[in-house]
Amino acid sequence: MITVRDLSKRYYGNTVLENINLDVPTHAVTAIIGPSGAGKTTLLRLIDLLEEPTSGQITFDDMETPRSEGVRLEMRRRMVIVFQKPVVFSGSVYDNVSYGLRIRGYGRRDAGDKVMHALETLDLSGYENRMAKTLSGGEVQRVALARAMVIEPELLLLDEPTANLDPVSTTKVEQLISRIIRELHTTVLMSTHDMAQGQRLADQIGVLIGGSMLQVGNSSDIFNLPNSMQVAHFVGVENVLEGVIESKDQGLVNVSFGSHHVEGLSQLEPGVVVSACIRPEEVTLALTITQTSTSARNTFYGTISNITSTGPLVRVVVDCGFQLVALITTRSAQELELQKGTEVWAFFKATGVHIVQA
Amino acid sequence: MDLLIDSFLTAIMLILTGDREVFSITARTLLISSASTFIAASIFVPVGSLIYFQSFPGKGLLINVIQTLFSMPTVFVGLLVFITFSREGPLGSFGLLFSPTAIIIGHVILISPIMAGLTISALRGIAPEIQDTAMSLGASRLQTIHAIVREARYGVSTAVLLGFGRAISEIGLAIVVGGNIRGYTRTLTTAMSLETSIGNFEMAMALGIILVFLALAVNILVSQIQHR
Repeated sequence: MITVRDLSKRYYGNTVLENINLDVPTHAVTAIIGPSGAGKTTLLRLIDLLEEPTSGQITFDDMETPRSEGVRLEMRRRMVIVFQKPVVFSGSVYDNVSYGLRIRGYGRRDAGDKVMHALETLDLSGYENRMAKTLSGGEVQRVALARAMVIEPELLLLDEPTANLDPVSTTKVEQLISRIIRELHTTVLMSTHDMAQGQRLADQIGVLIGGSMLQVGNSSDIFNLPNSMQVAHFVGVENVLEGVIESKDQGLVNVSFGSHHVEGLSQLEPGVVVSACIRPEEVTLALTITQTSTSARNTFYGTISNITSTGPLVRVVVDCGFQLVALITTRSAQELELQKGTEVWAFFKATGVHIVQA
Repeated sequence: MDLLIDSFLTAIMLILTGDREVFSITARTLLISSASTFIAASIFVPVGSLIYFQSFPGKGLLINVIQTLFSMPTVFVGLLVFITFSREGPLGSFGLLFSPTAIIIGHVILISPIMAGLTISALRGIAPEIQDTAMSLGASRLQTIHAIVREARYGVSTAVLLGFGRAISEIGLAIVVGGNIRGYTRTLTTAMSLETSIGNFEMAMALGIILVFLALAVNILVSQIQHR
Protein backbone atom coordinates (compact mmCIF):
# COMPACT_ATOMS: atom_id res chain seq x y z
CA MET A 1 0.00 0.00 0.00
CA ILE A 2 2.78 2.40 0.96
CA THR A 3 6.13 2.34 -0.72
CA VAL A 4 8.97 4.40 0.67
CA ARG A 5 11.99 4.91 -1.57
CA ASP A 6 15.31 6.50 -0.60
CA LEU A 7 13.57 8.74 1.87
CA SER A 8 15.70 11.24 3.79
CA LYS A 9 14.76 13.98 6.21
CA ARG A 10 17.09 16.64 7.55
CA TYR A 11 16.28 19.43 9.98
CA TYR A 12 18.73 22.30 9.82
CA GLY A 13 21.49 20.01 8.59
CA ASN A 14 20.67 17.37 11.18
CA THR A 15 19.92 14.06 9.48
CA VAL A 16 16.97 12.31 11.11
CA LEU A 17 16.26 9.75 8.41
CA GLU A 18 18.68 8.52 5.79
CA ASN A 19 17.76 6.59 2.64
CA ILE A 20 14.80 4.75 4.08
CA ASN A 21 13.26 2.00 1.95
CA LEU A 22 10.14 0.26 3.13
CA ASP A 23 7.11 -1.49 1.67
CA VAL A 24 4.00 -1.53 3.79
CA PRO A 25 1.80 -4.37 2.55
CA THR A 26 -1.98 -3.98 2.46
CA HIS A 27 -4.06 -5.55 5.25
CA ALA A 28 -0.98 -6.38 7.31
CA VAL A 29 0.59 -4.94 10.42
CA THR A 30 4.05 -3.50 10.01
CA ALA A 31 5.99 -2.44 13.09
CA ILE A 32 8.95 -0.09 13.06
CA ILE A 33 11.07 -0.90 16.06
CA GLY A 34 14.03 1.03 17.29
CA PRO A 35 15.32 2.96 20.28
CA SER A 36 14.02 6.42 21.17
CA GLY A 37 15.33 9.06 18.82
CA ALA A 38 15.81 6.63 15.93
CA GLY A 39 13.46 8.64 13.71
CA LYS A 40 10.34 6.47 14.01
CA THR A 41 7.97 9.36 14.65
CA THR A 42 9.44 11.40 11.80
CA LEU A 43 8.92 8.49 9.41
CA LEU A 44 5.26 8.18 10.43
CA ARG A 45 4.75 11.95 10.14
CA LEU A 46 6.23 11.95 6.65
CA ILE A 47 3.96 9.10 5.57
CA ASP A 48 0.93 10.90 7.05
CA LEU A 49 1.91 13.95 4.93
CA LEU A 50 2.28 16.15 8.00
CA GLU A 51 5.79 16.97 6.82
CA GLU A 52 7.67 16.92 3.58
CA PRO A 53 10.79 14.82 3.01
CA THR A 54 14.12 16.42 2.17
CA SER A 55 14.54 13.86 -0.59
CA GLY A 56 13.04 10.57 -1.70
CA GLN A 57 9.59 9.29 -2.55
CA ILE A 58 6.53 8.03 -0.77
CA THR A 59 3.84 6.43 -2.90
CA PHE A 60 0.37 5.55 -1.73
CA ASP A 61 -1.25 2.83 -3.85
CA ASP A 62 1.21 3.69 -6.62
CA MET A 63 0.28 7.38 -6.47
CA GLU A 64 3.13 9.75 -5.77
CA THR A 65 2.54 12.14 -2.94
CA PRO A 66 1.37 15.41 -4.45
CA ARG A 67 2.61 18.90 -3.72
CA SER A 68 -0.67 20.74 -3.89
CA GLU A 69 -2.36 21.07 -0.52
CA GLY A 70 -5.80 20.17 -1.94
CA VAL A 71 -4.66 16.78 -3.23
CA ARG A 72 -2.54 16.19 -0.14
CA LEU A 73 -5.66 16.72 1.98
CA GLU A 74 -7.56 14.17 -0.09
CA MET A 75 -4.75 11.65 0.38
CA ARG A 76 -4.32 12.48 4.03
CA ARG A 77 -7.99 11.73 4.61
CA ARG A 78 -7.39 8.07 3.69
CA MET A 79 -5.15 7.59 6.71
CA VAL A 80 -4.76 8.78 10.27
CA ILE A 81 -2.07 8.82 12.93
CA VAL A 82 -2.46 8.24 16.66
CA PHE A 83 0.37 10.03 18.43
CA GLN A 84 2.47 8.78 21.29
CA LYS A 85 1.01 11.44 23.57
CA PRO A 86 -2.41 12.01 22.09
CA VAL A 87 -4.12 15.32 22.83
CA VAL A 88 -7.85 15.63 23.14
CA PHE A 89 -9.90 18.59 22.04
CA SER A 90 -11.73 20.35 24.84
CA GLY A 91 -15.30 19.12 24.94
CA SER A 92 -16.85 15.73 25.51
CA VAL A 93 -15.54 12.33 24.49
CA TYR A 94 -18.33 12.30 21.90
CA ASP A 95 -17.15 15.63 20.44
CA ASN A 96 -13.65 14.20 20.16
CA VAL A 97 -14.53 10.91 18.56
CA SER A 98 -16.94 12.50 16.08
CA TYR A 99 -14.42 15.16 14.98
CA GLY A 100 -13.10 13.33 11.91
CA LEU A 101 -16.64 12.64 10.75
CA ARG A 102 -17.88 16.19 11.30
CA ILE A 103 -15.08 17.74 9.24
CA ARG A 104 -15.92 15.24 6.49
CA GLY A 105 -19.45 16.58 6.46
CA TYR A 106 -21.23 13.63 8.03
CA GLY A 107 -24.78 14.19 9.23
CA ARG A 108 -25.49 14.01 12.92
CA ARG A 109 -27.28 10.66 12.78
CA ASP A 110 -24.75 8.85 10.55
CA ALA A 111 -21.96 10.12 12.78
CA GLY A 112 -23.83 9.07 15.91
CA ASP A 113 -24.01 5.40 15.00
CA LYS A 114 -20.37 5.23 14.00
CA VAL A 115 -19.20 7.04 17.13
CA MET A 116 -21.20 4.75 19.42
CA HIS A 117 -19.80 1.72 17.65
CA ALA A 118 -16.21 2.99 17.98
CA LEU A 119 -16.74 3.73 21.68
CA GLU A 120 -18.07 0.23 22.16
CA THR A 121 -15.08 -1.31 20.38
CA LEU A 122 -12.69 0.61 22.64
CA ASP A 123 -14.66 -0.30 25.80
CA LEU A 124 -15.64 3.34 26.21
CA SER A 125 -19.42 2.89 26.22
CA GLY A 126 -20.94 5.34 28.70
CA TYR A 127 -18.03 7.76 28.31
CA GLU A 128 -19.62 9.85 25.56
CA ASN A 129 -20.60 12.76 27.80
CA ARG A 130 -17.45 12.76 29.94
CA MET A 131 -15.19 15.78 29.50
CA ALA A 132 -12.21 14.53 27.51
CA LYS A 133 -9.69 16.67 29.42
CA THR A 134 -10.55 14.94 32.71
CA LEU A 135 -9.65 11.42 31.53
CA SER A 136 -6.61 9.37 32.60
CA GLY A 137 -3.71 8.63 30.25
CA GLY A 138 -4.98 5.17 29.32
CA GLU A 139 -8.48 6.52 28.68
CA VAL A 140 -7.12 9.34 26.52
CA GLN A 141 -5.21 6.75 24.51
CA ARG A 142 -8.41 4.82 23.94
CA VAL A 143 -10.33 7.97 22.98
CA ALA A 144 -7.58 8.77 20.48
CA LEU A 145 -7.86 5.25 19.03
CA ALA A 146 -11.66 5.54 18.81
CA ARG A 147 -11.31 8.98 17.19
CA ALA A 148 -8.97 7.44 14.60
CA MET A 149 -10.89 4.24 13.88
CA VAL A 150 -14.25 5.98 13.46
CA ILE A 151 -13.12 7.43 10.14
CA GLU A 152 -12.31 3.90 8.91
CA PRO A 153 -8.86 4.77 7.57
CA GLU A 154 -7.25 2.64 4.89
CA LEU A 155 -3.98 3.10 6.73
CA LEU A 156 -3.76 3.41 10.50
CA LEU A 157 -0.50 4.88 11.84
CA LEU A 158 0.24 4.24 15.51
CA ASP A 159 3.18 6.04 17.08
CA GLU A 160 4.35 4.18 20.20
CA PRO A 161 0.78 3.40 21.21
CA THR A 162 1.69 2.17 24.68
CA ALA A 163 4.88 4.06 25.51
CA ASN A 164 3.26 6.13 28.27
CA LEU A 165 1.11 3.45 29.81
CA ASP A 166 1.46 1.17 32.81
CA PRO A 167 1.72 -2.60 32.12
CA VAL A 168 -1.98 -3.26 32.73
CA SER A 169 -3.09 -0.48 30.38
CA THR A 170 -0.48 -1.63 27.86
CA THR A 171 -1.98 -5.12 27.72
CA LYS A 172 -5.45 -3.65 27.39
CA VAL A 173 -4.49 -1.20 24.63
CA GLU A 174 -2.68 -3.98 22.75
CA GLN A 175 -5.82 -6.11 22.88
CA LEU A 176 -7.89 -3.19 21.64
CA ILE A 177 -5.46 -2.52 18.80
CA SER A 178 -5.74 -6.17 17.75
CA ARG A 179 -9.52 -5.80 17.89
CA ILE A 180 -9.45 -2.67 15.69
CA ILE A 181 -7.16 -4.39 13.19
CA ARG A 182 -9.49 -7.39 12.98
CA GLU A 183 -12.59 -5.28 12.70
CA LEU A 184 -11.45 -2.64 10.21
CA HIS A 185 -9.33 -5.05 8.23
CA THR A 186 -7.06 -2.10 7.74
CA THR A 187 -3.38 -1.68 7.03
CA VAL A 188 -1.38 -0.73 10.09
CA LEU A 189 2.02 0.87 10.43
CA MET A 190 3.10 1.26 14.02
CA SER A 191 6.25 2.24 15.82
CA THR A 192 7.47 0.86 19.10
CA HIS A 193 10.68 0.63 21.08
CA ASP A 194 9.43 -2.62 22.55
CA MET A 195 10.71 -5.59 20.54
CA ALA A 196 8.24 -7.94 22.22
CA GLN A 197 5.32 -5.71 21.33
CA GLY A 198 6.44 -5.74 17.70
CA GLN A 199 6.51 -9.53 17.81
CA ARG A 200 3.09 -9.75 19.41
CA LEU A 201 1.31 -7.44 16.98
CA ALA A 202 3.19 -7.30 13.71
CA ASP A 203 3.42 -9.43 10.58
CA GLN A 204 6.45 -7.52 9.37
CA ILE A 205 9.10 -5.68 11.35
CA GLY A 206 11.52 -2.97 10.29
CA VAL A 207 14.40 -2.14 12.57
CA LEU A 208 15.18 1.58 12.52
CA ILE A 209 18.31 2.61 14.39
CA GLY A 210 20.03 5.97 14.12
CA GLY A 211 17.90 7.07 11.17
CA SER A 212 18.64 4.00 9.04
CA MET A 213 16.40 1.03 8.32
CA LEU A 214 18.84 -1.75 9.14
CA GLN A 215 16.62 -4.76 8.54
CA VAL A 216 13.09 -5.51 7.38
CA GLY A 217 11.60 -8.95 7.70
CA ASN A 218 9.18 -11.13 9.61
CA SER A 219 9.58 -11.12 13.34
CA SER A 220 11.25 -14.51 13.68
CA ASP A 221 13.92 -13.51 11.14
CA ILE A 222 14.63 -10.29 12.97
CA PHE A 223 14.64 -12.05 16.30
CA ASN A 224 16.73 -15.05 15.32
CA LEU A 225 18.73 -13.88 12.32
CA PRO A 226 19.67 -10.25 12.94
CA ASN A 227 21.79 -9.00 10.05
CA SER A 228 24.07 -6.75 12.07
CA MET A 229 25.41 -6.32 15.55
CA GLN A 230 23.26 -3.25 16.16
CA VAL A 231 20.09 -5.16 15.35
CA ALA A 232 21.29 -8.13 17.42
CA HIS A 233 21.83 -5.91 20.44
CA PHE A 234 18.49 -4.22 19.98
CA VAL A 235 16.50 -7.45 19.73
CA GLY A 236 18.07 -8.76 22.93
CA VAL A 237 20.96 -10.93 21.82
CA GLU A 238 23.19 -10.51 24.82
CA ASN A 239 26.09 -12.64 23.73
CA VAL A 240 27.87 -11.09 20.79
CA LEU A 241 31.37 -12.56 20.32
CA GLU A 242 33.57 -10.84 17.78
CA GLY A 243 36.09 -12.99 15.96
CA VAL A 244 37.35 -14.39 12.66
CA ILE A 245 36.18 -17.46 10.75
CA GLU A 246 39.09 -19.87 11.06
CA SER A 247 37.80 -22.85 9.10
CA LYS A 248 34.74 -24.00 7.27
CA ASP A 249 33.37 -27.48 6.78
CA GLN A 250 30.33 -27.42 4.53
CA GLY A 251 27.89 -25.08 6.35
CA LEU A 252 29.69 -25.33 9.68
CA VAL A 253 32.24 -22.64 10.53
CA ASN A 254 34.66 -22.36 13.38
CA VAL A 255 35.02 -18.83 14.72
CA SER A 256 37.99 -17.98 16.87
CA PHE A 257 37.93 -15.13 19.32
CA GLY A 258 40.77 -14.65 21.75
CA SER A 259 41.85 -18.15 22.77
CA HIS A 260 38.34 -19.55 22.38
CA HIS A 261 36.30 -21.03 19.54
CA VAL A 262 32.63 -21.34 18.75
CA GLU A 263 31.00 -23.32 16.00
CA GLY A 264 28.03 -22.06 14.09
CA LEU A 265 26.25 -22.24 10.77
CA SER A 266 27.27 -19.79 8.08
CA GLN A 267 28.03 -19.54 4.37
CA LEU A 268 30.78 -16.99 4.99
CA GLU A 269 34.37 -17.89 4.06
CA PRO A 270 37.41 -18.30 6.35
CA GLY A 271 39.19 -15.06 7.12
CA VAL A 272 35.99 -13.02 7.33
CA VAL A 273 35.60 -10.91 10.48
CA VAL A 274 32.28 -11.79 12.10
CA SER A 275 30.10 -11.46 15.18
CA ALA A 276 28.72 -14.65 16.65
CA CYS A 277 25.36 -13.92 18.26
CA ILE A 278 23.97 -16.28 20.85
CA ARG A 279 20.58 -15.61 22.43
CA PRO A 280 20.85 -16.14 26.21
CA GLU A 281 17.90 -18.55 26.14
CA GLU A 282 19.93 -20.83 23.81
CA VAL A 283 22.54 -21.36 26.51
CA THR A 284 22.00 -24.33 28.83
CA LEU A 285 23.78 -24.82 32.14
CA ALA A 286 24.72 -28.08 33.89
CA LEU A 287 26.89 -29.14 36.79
CA THR A 288 28.30 -32.18 34.97
CA ILE A 289 28.62 -33.16 31.35
CA THR A 290 26.20 -35.88 30.24
CA GLN A 291 25.57 -37.65 26.96
CA THR A 292 22.99 -35.15 25.75
CA SER A 293 24.99 -32.10 26.65
CA THR A 294 28.09 -33.28 24.82
CA SER A 295 26.10 -33.41 21.58
CA ALA A 296 26.09 -29.62 21.75
CA ARG A 297 28.94 -28.35 19.62
CA ASN A 298 29.93 -25.58 21.98
CA THR A 299 30.84 -26.39 25.55
CA PHE A 300 32.53 -24.08 28.04
CA TYR A 301 33.42 -24.41 31.68
CA GLY A 302 33.26 -21.40 33.95
CA THR A 303 32.27 -19.74 37.20
CA ILE A 304 29.02 -17.89 37.80
CA SER A 305 29.93 -14.24 38.29
CA ASN A 306 26.42 -12.84 38.59
CA ILE A 307 22.92 -14.20 38.99
CA THR A 308 19.74 -12.11 38.90
CA SER A 309 16.11 -13.15 39.01
CA THR A 310 13.66 -11.59 36.57
CA GLY A 311 10.50 -13.32 37.75
CA PRO A 312 10.03 -16.71 36.06
CA LEU A 313 13.50 -16.56 34.53
CA VAL A 314 16.97 -16.22 35.98
CA ARG A 315 19.76 -14.42 34.19
CA VAL A 316 23.09 -16.08 34.87
CA VAL A 317 26.41 -14.59 33.82
CA VAL A 318 29.12 -17.21 33.49
CA ASP A 319 32.77 -16.24 33.31
CA CYS A 320 34.35 -18.77 30.92
CA GLY A 321 37.35 -16.60 30.14
CA PHE A 322 34.79 -14.46 28.36
CA GLN A 323 31.32 -13.53 29.54
CA LEU A 324 28.44 -15.74 28.54
CA VAL A 325 24.87 -14.85 29.55
CA ALA A 326 22.33 -17.62 30.02
CA LEU A 327 18.62 -17.26 30.63
CA ILE A 328 17.18 -20.30 32.44
CA THR A 329 13.98 -21.00 34.34
CA THR A 330 13.87 -20.23 38.03
CA ARG A 331 13.00 -23.88 38.67
CA SER A 332 16.09 -25.27 36.99
CA ALA A 333 18.26 -22.67 38.73
CA GLN A 334 16.87 -23.92 42.04
CA GLU A 335 17.33 -27.57 41.11
CA LEU A 336 20.98 -26.96 40.22
CA GLU A 337 21.37 -24.80 43.36
CA LEU A 338 23.11 -22.18 41.28
CA GLN A 339 24.63 -19.21 43.03
CA LYS A 340 27.46 -16.81 42.58
CA GLY A 341 30.74 -18.73 42.48
CA THR A 342 29.20 -22.06 41.38
CA GLU A 343 31.26 -23.76 38.69
CA VAL A 344 29.16 -24.87 35.75
CA TRP A 345 29.23 -26.19 32.23
CA ALA A 346 27.60 -23.92 29.67
CA PHE A 347 26.72 -25.29 26.28
CA PHE A 348 24.76 -24.37 23.19
CA LYS A 349 24.18 -25.91 19.77
CA ALA A 350 25.79 -24.73 16.58
CA THR A 351 22.28 -23.86 15.33
CA GLY A 352 21.93 -21.52 18.29
CA VAL A 353 24.80 -19.44 17.01
CA HIS A 354 23.90 -16.79 14.49
CA ILE A 355 26.87 -15.45 12.57
CA VAL A 356 26.84 -12.01 10.95
CA GLN A 357 29.56 -10.29 9.04
CA ALA A 358 30.98 -7.50 11.17
CA MET B 1 -5.84 55.15 62.13
CA ASP B 2 -9.18 56.79 62.93
CA LEU B 3 -9.09 58.55 59.60
CA LEU B 4 -8.66 55.23 57.81
CA ILE B 5 -11.51 53.52 59.66
CA ASP B 6 -13.81 56.56 59.43
CA SER B 7 -13.31 57.03 55.72
CA PHE B 8 -13.74 53.32 55.17
CA LEU B 9 -17.08 53.26 57.03
CA THR B 10 -18.31 56.41 55.31
CA ALA B 11 -17.30 54.89 51.99
CA ILE B 12 -19.35 51.79 52.69
CA MET B 13 -22.31 54.05 53.53
CA LEU B 14 -21.90 55.98 50.29
CA ILE B 15 -21.98 52.77 48.32
CA LEU B 16 -24.86 51.21 50.23
CA THR B 17 -27.06 54.32 50.07
CA GLY B 18 -26.53 54.46 46.33
CA ASP B 19 -24.93 57.92 46.13
CA ARG B 20 -25.86 59.37 42.72
CA GLU B 21 -22.42 60.78 42.06
CA VAL B 22 -20.69 57.48 42.90
CA PHE B 23 -23.19 55.57 40.80
CA SER B 24 -22.82 57.76 37.70
CA ILE B 25 -18.99 57.69 37.82
CA THR B 26 -19.02 53.91 38.15
CA ALA B 27 -21.46 53.47 35.27
CA ARG B 28 -19.45 55.81 33.02
CA THR B 29 -16.20 54.02 33.85
CA LEU B 30 -17.70 50.64 33.05
CA LEU B 31 -19.14 51.96 29.81
CA ILE B 32 -15.84 53.50 28.64
CA SER B 33 -13.76 50.44 29.55
CA SER B 34 -16.24 48.01 28.02
CA ALA B 35 -16.42 49.99 24.80
CA SER B 36 -12.65 50.17 24.44
CA THR B 37 -12.28 46.47 25.32
CA PHE B 38 -14.93 45.51 22.78
CA ILE B 39 -13.36 47.58 20.00
CA ALA B 40 -9.80 46.45 20.76
CA ALA B 41 -10.81 42.78 21.01
CA SER B 42 -12.78 42.74 17.78
CA ILE B 43 -9.83 44.17 15.89
CA PHE B 44 -6.75 42.85 17.66
CA VAL B 45 -7.69 39.26 18.51
CA PRO B 46 -8.09 38.59 14.75
CA VAL B 47 -4.90 40.57 14.09
CA GLY B 48 -3.04 38.41 16.62
CA SER B 49 -4.37 35.23 14.98
CA LEU B 50 -3.37 36.49 11.58
CA ILE B 51 0.16 37.22 12.79
CA TYR B 52 0.39 33.75 14.32
CA PHE B 53 -0.85 31.82 11.29
CA GLN B 54 1.01 33.75 8.61
CA SER B 55 4.72 33.49 8.11
CA PHE B 56 6.48 36.61 6.88
CA PRO B 57 9.88 38.21 7.32
CA GLY B 58 10.24 40.14 10.58
CA LYS B 59 7.52 38.17 12.33
CA GLY B 60 9.69 37.47 15.36
CA LEU B 61 10.67 41.12 15.64
CA LEU B 62 7.04 42.23 15.35
CA ILE B 63 6.05 39.90 18.19
CA ASN B 64 8.90 41.30 20.30
CA VAL B 65 7.70 44.85 19.66
CA ILE B 66 4.13 43.91 20.53
CA GLN B 67 5.26 42.33 23.80
CA THR B 68 7.33 45.39 24.65
CA LEU B 69 4.26 47.55 24.18
CA PHE B 70 2.45 45.58 26.91
CA SER B 71 4.05 47.90 29.42
CA MET B 72 3.59 51.13 27.52
CA PRO B 73 3.17 53.96 30.10
CA THR B 74 -0.45 55.06 30.12
CA VAL B 75 0.46 58.71 30.42
CA PHE B 76 2.65 58.42 27.32
CA VAL B 77 -0.24 57.01 25.26
CA GLY B 78 -2.31 59.86 26.71
CA LEU B 79 0.27 62.34 25.50
CA LEU B 80 0.24 60.87 21.98
CA VAL B 81 -3.55 60.99 21.80
CA PHE B 82 -3.52 64.52 23.28
CA ILE B 83 -1.12 65.83 20.63
CA THR B 84 -2.98 64.04 17.83
CA PHE B 85 -6.36 65.47 18.80
CA SER B 86 -5.28 68.87 20.12
CA ARG B 87 -6.34 71.88 18.07
CA GLU B 88 -2.99 71.99 16.22
CA GLY B 89 -2.72 68.20 15.90
CA PRO B 90 -3.34 66.17 12.74
CA LEU B 91 -6.83 65.12 13.87
CA GLY B 92 -7.61 68.30 15.80
CA SER B 93 -10.55 69.14 13.55
CA PHE B 94 -12.63 66.34 15.06
CA GLY B 95 -12.75 68.23 18.33
CA LEU B 96 -12.58 65.01 20.31
CA LEU B 97 -10.15 66.08 23.01
CA PHE B 98 -11.59 65.97 26.55
CA SER B 99 -14.38 63.61 25.55
CA PRO B 100 -15.17 59.99 26.51
CA THR B 101 -14.44 59.10 22.87
CA ALA B 102 -10.87 60.34 23.26
CA ILE B 103 -10.43 58.14 26.35
CA ILE B 104 -11.81 55.16 24.45
CA ILE B 105 -9.43 55.79 21.53
CA GLY B 106 -6.54 56.00 23.97
CA HIS B 107 -7.61 52.82 25.74
CA VAL B 108 -7.83 50.93 22.47
CA ILE B 109 -4.26 51.95 21.64
CA LEU B 110 -3.14 51.08 25.16
CA ILE B 111 -4.62 47.57 25.32
CA SER B 112 -4.36 46.44 21.71
CA PRO B 113 -0.81 45.07 22.14
CA ILE B 114 -2.04 42.98 25.10
CA MET B 115 -4.92 41.60 23.04
CA ALA B 116 -2.81 40.77 19.99
CA GLY B 117 0.24 39.58 21.97
CA LEU B 118 -1.62 37.35 24.41
CA THR B 119 -3.70 35.94 21.55
CA ILE B 120 -0.45 34.94 19.86
CA SER B 121 0.78 33.34 23.10
CA ALA B 122 -2.50 31.51 23.62
CA LEU B 123 -2.38 30.08 20.09
CA ARG B 124 1.27 29.19 20.45
CA GLY B 125 0.57 27.26 23.66
CA ILE B 126 -2.07 25.18 21.92
CA ALA B 127 -1.02 24.90 18.35
CA PRO B 128 1.51 22.18 17.47
CA GLU B 129 -0.22 19.11 18.90
CA ILE B 130 -3.75 20.22 18.09
CA GLN B 131 -2.65 21.23 14.62
CA ASP B 132 -1.12 17.80 13.95
CA THR B 133 -4.11 15.99 15.43
CA ALA B 134 -6.67 17.97 13.46
CA MET B 135 -4.68 17.69 10.24
CA SER B 136 -4.17 13.96 10.60
CA LEU B 137 -7.87 13.46 11.28
CA GLY B 138 -8.48 15.09 7.92
CA ALA B 139 -8.97 18.79 8.65
CA SER B 140 -8.39 21.28 5.84
CA ARG B 141 -6.28 24.36 6.53
CA LEU B 142 -9.30 26.41 7.55
CA GLN B 143 -10.70 23.60 9.70
CA THR B 144 -7.30 23.29 11.38
CA ILE B 145 -7.20 27.00 12.20
CA HIS B 146 -10.73 26.75 13.54
CA ALA B 147 -9.74 23.84 15.79
CA ILE B 148 -6.73 25.74 17.15
CA VAL B 149 -8.61 28.97 17.83
CA ARG B 150 -11.37 26.98 19.49
CA GLU B 151 -8.85 25.27 21.81
CA ALA B 152 -7.23 28.62 22.58
CA ARG B 153 -10.46 30.35 23.48
CA TYR B 154 -9.73 30.37 27.21
CA GLY B 155 -6.35 31.93 26.65
CA VAL B 156 -7.89 34.46 24.30
CA SER B 157 -10.64 35.37 26.76
CA THR B 158 -7.94 35.92 29.38
CA ALA B 159 -6.29 38.33 26.96
CA VAL B 160 -9.55 40.23 26.58
CA LEU B 161 -10.21 40.41 30.31
CA LEU B 162 -6.66 41.51 31.08
CA GLY B 163 -7.11 44.28 28.53
CA PHE B 164 -10.28 45.30 30.30
CA GLY B 165 -8.48 45.30 33.63
CA ARG B 166 -5.75 47.57 32.31
CA ALA B 167 -8.29 49.96 30.79
CA ILE B 168 -10.46 50.28 33.90
CA SER B 169 -7.61 50.76 36.35
CA GLU B 170 -5.39 53.23 34.50
CA ILE B 171 -5.40 56.95 35.27
CA GLY B 172 -2.63 58.64 33.29
CA LEU B 173 -4.41 58.48 29.98
CA ALA B 174 -7.91 59.23 31.27
CA ILE B 175 -6.74 62.39 33.00
CA VAL B 176 -4.61 63.70 30.11
CA VAL B 177 -7.10 63.19 27.28
CA GLY B 178 -10.34 63.15 29.33
CA GLY B 179 -9.58 66.06 31.60
CA ASN B 180 -11.64 64.72 34.54
CA ILE B 181 -14.69 66.77 33.60
CA ARG B 182 -17.46 66.24 36.12
CA GLY B 183 -20.45 64.37 34.73
CA TYR B 184 -18.71 63.90 31.38
CA THR B 185 -15.24 62.36 31.45
CA ARG B 186 -14.75 61.75 35.16
CA THR B 187 -13.89 58.08 35.79
CA LEU B 188 -13.28 56.13 38.99
CA THR B 189 -9.54 56.67 38.91
CA THR B 190 -9.56 60.36 37.98
CA ALA B 191 -12.26 61.04 40.55
CA MET B 192 -10.24 59.24 43.22
CA SER B 193 -7.22 61.32 42.42
CA LEU B 194 -9.21 64.54 42.65
CA GLU B 195 -11.04 63.63 45.88
CA THR B 196 -7.77 62.62 47.49
CA SER B 197 -6.09 65.88 46.54
CA ILE B 198 -8.91 67.98 48.05
CA GLY B 199 -8.94 65.88 51.22
CA ASN B 200 -12.28 64.18 50.59
CA PHE B 201 -10.92 60.83 51.68
CA GLU B 202 -14.31 59.14 52.29
CA MET B 203 -15.36 59.68 48.69
CA ALA B 204 -11.95 58.59 47.34
CA MET B 205 -12.12 55.50 49.49
CA ALA B 206 -15.61 54.62 48.28
CA LEU B 207 -14.50 54.91 44.66
CA GLY B 208 -11.39 52.84 45.42
CA ILE B 209 -13.42 50.08 47.03
CA ILE B 210 -15.69 49.94 44.00
CA LEU B 211 -12.67 49.76 41.70
CA VAL B 212 -11.17 46.93 43.73
CA PHE B 213 -14.46 45.06 43.66
CA LEU B 214 -14.71 45.51 39.91
CA ALA B 215 -11.15 44.19 39.57
CA LEU B 216 -12.08 41.26 41.81
CA ALA B 217 -15.17 40.53 39.73
CA VAL B 218 -13.07 40.53 36.57
CA ASN B 219 -10.55 38.20 38.18
CA ILE B 220 -13.23 35.78 39.31
CA LEU B 221 -14.63 35.82 35.81
CA VAL B 222 -11.19 35.05 34.35
CA SER B 223 -10.55 32.11 36.65
CA GLN B 224 -14.08 30.80 36.13
CA ILE B 225 -13.50 30.75 32.40
CA GLN B 226 -10.02 29.26 32.71
CA HIS B 227 -11.11 26.38 34.90
CA ARG B 228 -14.15 25.45 32.89
